[in-house]
Amino acid sequence: MKEILIRIDGKEVSAPAGSTILEVAKQQGIPIPTLCHLDGLSDIGACRMCIVDVGGKIVTSCTTKIAEGMEVITNSDRLAELRRLNLELIFAERNHVCSMCVSNNHCELQDLACDLGMQHVEVPYAYPRLSLDASHPKFIIDQNRCILCGRCVRVCAEVEGAHVWGIAGRGSEARVITELGIDWGDAEMCTDCGKCVQVCPTGAIVEKGKAAAEMEKHPELVTTLKERREND
Amino acid sequence: MTRRLDVLVCSGAACVSSHSAAVRDALSREIDENGLSNEIRIVETGCMGPCELGPVMLVYPDGAFYIHVKPEDAAEIVQEHFLKGRPVKRLLWEDPEARRIVEGKKQIPFFAKQVKVVLRNCGRIDPENIEEYIAADGYEALGKALTQMARNEVIQVITDSGLRGRGGAGFPTGKKWQFVASATGETKYVVCNGDEGDPGAFMDRSLLEGDPHTVIEGMTIAAYAVGASRGYIYIRAEYPLAIKRLQIALGQARKMGLLGENILETGFSFDIEVRMGAGAFVCGEETALIASIEGERGIARVRPPYPAVRGLFGMPTLINNVETWGNIRHIVLNGADWFRSIGTERSPGTKVFALSGKVKNTGLVEIPMGMTLRELIFDIGGGIPNGKKFKAVQTGGPSGGCIPEKYLDTPIDYESLKELGAIMGSGGMIVMDEDNCMVNIAKFFLEFTSDESCGQCVPCRTGLPRMLDILKRITSGNGTMDDLDLLQHLGEMIIETSFCGLGKTAPNPVLSTLKYFEDEYREHIEEKKCRAKVCTDLIAYRIDEDACRACGICAVNCPVGAITGELGKPPYIIDEEACIRCGTCLEVCPFGAVHVLSGELCNQDKREGSK
Repeated sequence: MKEILIRIDGKEVSAPAGSTILEVAKQQGIPIPTLCHLDGLSDIGACRMCIVDVGGKIVTSCTTKIAEGMEVITNSDRLAELRRLNLELIFAERNHVCSMCVSNNHCELQDLACDLGMQHVEVPYAYPRLSLDASHPKFIIDQNRCILCGRCVRVCAEVEGAHVWGIAGRGSEARVITELGIDWGDAEMCTDCGKCVQVCPTGAIVEKGKAAAEMEKHPELVTTLKERREND
Repeated sequence: MTRRLDVLVCSGAACVSSHSAAVRDALSREIDENGLSNEIRIVETGCMGPCELGPVMLVYPDGAFYIHVKPEDAAEIVQEHFLKGRPVKRLLWEDPEARRIVEGKKQIPFFAKQVKVVLRNCGRIDPENIEEYIAADGYEALGKALTQMARNEVIQVITDSGLRGRGGAGFPTGKKWQFVASATGETKYVVCNGDEGDPGAFMDRSLLEGDPHTVIEGMTIAAYAVGASRGYIYIRAEYPLAIKRLQIALGQARKMGLLGENILETGFSFDIEVRMGAGAFVCGEETALIASIEGERGIARVRPPYPAVRGLFGMPTLINNVETWGNIRHIVLNGADWFRSIGTERSPGTKVFALSGKVKNTGLVEIPMGMTLRELIFDIGGGIPNGKKFKAVQTGGPSGGCIPEKYLDTPIDYESLKELGAIMGSGGMIVMDEDNCMVNIAKFFLEFTSDESCGQCVPCRTGLPRMLDILKRITSGNGTMDDLDLLQHLGEMIIETSFCGLGKTAPNPVLSTLKYFEDEYREHIEEKKCRAKVCTDLIAYRIDEDACRACGICAVNCPVGAITGELGKPPYIIDEEACIRCGTCLEVCPFGAVHVLSGELCNQDKREGSK
């Protein structure tokens, strides 16, 4: 495959055509914060955490393919500020109370807040009153913790092939739903595989019976599965 | 007997809603009764422009322009004008400047300064009759393109004309066509973006209602030029009249061999389908529109690849706005030089605007690019009604910005408006006077955009509602000066990081009002004062003791019983706690005794009242 030469944080690197900026950065060991991205799933550029500067323009590195001579900056004061404000907006949108969350200490959102040094939230909190669906025998979806990254939607469609999850509503009314908005327990297409639980970055989709901080997840199962399937 | 008069009755949506159909019926009845049906023809046309004055009608050949016509007027018009040749003076458009009766349509300043290219047929022909369109050079450009021009020649003339996308962003149309023409794909599509969603905008609707064939012809020419075989017109389901007329027009064009298989017997085939949108603002964004036509949820997609390369159903797709399509046939017919002779160097041609808000002549206007905002608002629009003072003009709808008085002499073109923090947009133009609170205006637009955000990306989905929270805090008197910095920060961040054009422009109304009307924000925060007396949490109604005659009308009309007093014994008193600030007392008081207060005085009184 054709190799393309780009400059990333001042360093000249070459990578196969068709790679995304994020892929190249990872290969080079350059950290870029991500949230909706998950290795093995398609990219949608929804969370805006992986933004980088390409010739003065802000783009998401997960969805932007490299081009010859591209100049990429992955970290700057401005990028850090934008990412932090973006993260604050996620925290202010719903009710992310870590101490009472089953995913406490195993949460990608929480990790990001620590990594980016988010010490407080400047924007006003929305404190919406959202529902929790525990109709499924094994799992729970708590809308209060959902950040609408869409990983559950993609893993269910792209890996499991069940297409149970979807997104309904728009703007701040957007919600992840099972099938056409019915209770999860009634969703006949659901195979109870639990992949959505494993890839959910927060405490939104969790297993039943877990107490605070007990819910450990394994999103890397997607890549493992994919590798196994490819080797078969 | 020869036809003597053509009576053009406007049947644009605004006139239809002011009962133009009843006027038409009454006229037709009177004409029949007087035995004139062979001499006088009634034509229902598209929008004539001055919507505020509807129902309007125009009589040819004498050019008398009647306004506010009622069915009861039909007999007088027929008797006096049609039979005796004396136009009914009381119904003619009175020119507010000269205080004289204006008889000819040409002399009316509203029309005199306009240059009609796209809207040439709007208000002149019957949109449901293809023969009238053909009589007005209709489909001549298509014939010329198909029989005398090579595909690349068509693209070249569009490129040379300098036409830019009228949807708002101003991308060179010829370039877009070139991209699609050189893209490879089994099928190529041509799409008309008619998802007009800005509050106060009705340019696309009026063109589709008034002259649907212009759009169809433009699309067919493009299909030939780029090698497309299928077209879609995406239009809001809220535009039933436009959809109806489009369907009629499509049917007529097919019947005449101007659309469908083997067009004009040249071997070229192309057909168009109408798709209705469910009313999501974001579907005006081209990738979201494509998703919607495909039957997916209307959310924006990652660009690149651009639709020109991978668009509808994964195929190369040419998307242009309704008004852009409306320009095509004129350019093909008259040439690039002719088009460049109108407008400015970098923004050639005309632009259609929907003039609304606090301006005397609201309605649909088409002006050459480069005309100043002042000319548009004061000469064509007739200025601000009721002797009020101009405050700002909002261009580009919820994605645009508010431009203050000192920039009124700015020429209207893509670059100049952008420099001011506004945008050309698709053509909404809302005029505001001293009674508009700029903080409240910003809040209004942000309410709209945060409601219309698709919810896909974080900055737009959650950033806009947070900005709205802050604005609500300010208009309710609970804001702090730090809020202004936060608004600025958030706005800039949302513009920089949002996924699509909706988020990238939605903070503009807030940022532009912050820039030009920071004083008003400060007053809301520091003095708890709304100078326009709009923000209900910051105002109080008072009855002036000396002016009150204790008639009791205010008390009777108050919906919450907040006014007490004794008949004949002034003054009546408003209970501050119970008052909901609806303004009814102010409206009904025959003696002008009710005043609205805002700011320190009002707060001082409030404090005293609560003691």
